[in-house]
Amino acid sequence: MPTLTIYKRELSSYFSQPTAYAIIVIFLFLATGLSFSFGKFMTIGDASLEWSFFFWHPWIYMLLAPAVGMKLWADEHRTGTIELLGTFPISTWSAILGKYLAAATVWLVALLMTFPIWITVNYLGDPDNGALISGYIASFLVCCTFLAITLLVSACTRDQVVCLIVSVAICVLMVLCGYDDFTRELSKAVSPGVVQAIVTIGVWDHFSSLNRGLMRLQDIIWFSSIILVCLLGTSAILSAKRA
Amino acid sequence: MIQVDNLSKHFGTKVAVDHISLTVNKGEVLGFLGPNGAGKSTTMRMIAGFIPPTSGDAKVCGHSITDEPALAKMKIGYLPESAPLYQDMTVIGFLKFCASIRGLSGSDRKAAVDRAIETCFLNNVAEQSIDTLSKGYRHRTCLAQALLHDPEVLILDEPTDGLDPNQKYEVRELIKRLGETKAILFSTHILEEVEAACTRAVIVDRGRIVIDGTPEELLKKSKTGSLTDLFREVTSNDTDAAA
Repeated sequence: MPTLTIYKRELSSYFSQPTAYAIIVIFLFLATGLSFSFGKFMTIGDASLEWSFFFWHPWIYMLLAPAVGMKLWADEHRTGTIELLGTFPISTWSAILGKYLAAATVWLVALLMTFPIWITVNYLGDPDNGALISGYIASFLVCCTFLAITLLVSACTRDQVVCLIVSVAICVLMVLCGYDDFTRELSKAVSPGVVQAIVTIGVWDHFSSLNRGLMRLQDIIWFSSIILVCLLGTSAILSAKRA
Repeated sequence: MIQVDNLSKHFGTKVAVDHISLTVNKGEVLGFLGPNGAGKSTTMRMIAGFIPPTSGDAKVCGHSITDEPALAKMKIGYLPESAPLYQDMTVIGFLKFCASIRGLSGSDRKAAVDRAIETCFLNNVAEQSIDTLSKGYRHRTCLAQALLHDPEVLILDEPTDGLDPNQKYEVRELIKRLGETKAILFSTHILEEVEAACTRAVIVDRGRIVIDGTPEELLKKSKTGSLTDLFREVTSNDTDAAA
């Protein structure tokens, strides 16, 4: 119940201020813009969104997802409202969950707003809608992973800018590691074992198979364990900060 | 109702609170005095359950703040030192949020919010956004938050700080009135408030209690009959304290 109260407050705070709208508009602009330009959505003649549309999402999320999550704890520390939350008869967990789910909801709304492109491929061709849904799930999981990382970083600092820079750096690293061009260059320099280790940090291995419509348990576990570890880490940092 | 037993807090090697013990009964208003950095806020934060004590314990209505934090916190209304608020909410929105998080809903919640607005004279600004309020109104909004659930115990960290003389008078009268049925612990720098509102006062210095008594007893202890002289006599100034 307290989780729901905090969720509602955070969500209304996103939508009572320009944050959510700015993020949604910029995301839609970039997501469709990239599909129609570099993604060659029209010329490629492929009724799947795998390469033309979903491929770009991790690149957009690595820059925009931290912008949604950065205020979550940094702001509480800066304004001192953490002291109110800390003295309400609620567990730290309900606050963490409420905030995390609110940020994820903003992204879910943004992602759902891309429905015209789904209508378009169905109008123009005959896509495998199961694979499209799987692509949406893959996209949302990457976004949630980046948000969880931002939440963790946000708990460490009272400065939103520091939080943004550090979170973006981590997310960029996760997108670059495992990206084909990057690993190809890397394999010239280091041994295959090291390359393999670096690839496992990256999102592509897990994102791409889901994006192709392949639901593998290992990918779901990979995403959810990173999210869970970040949320647990947030809880640990928040208690450590108080002591 | 508040029973503090050998409470200590160390930050690294610095001892902020050093074995403080005190009791506040129902119908008592205890003034908590001391120079800056004496450990007043730290003590109050520990009793309110925001930071864990290094050693010792505090019981609120029989519930230990370390063993049963949720039960103890339900009995406490707490006003943090800087009166932190969620700037993006309206006064009434903020109070509704605080009431919901304390488990009030429906008509109970409405009654509680209305009562708190009435008690703290917030009628004029109820629909206003918090970031447009003057300091006095912000302070009273945060005080209203502490009164919402009609707690048996009030912990107020400098409740009159930053208020104009009229508002100070009102808050003092409010504390006196509430003190008839509750146990109140409040900190202040203003020594006149001890005579005006307290039934008992303690002076802390460098984390220890140096004086404990009714305002009359305190006046008797002073050689000159002035609280200011007594305060200066028993406490060290901050340059000494830092040494």
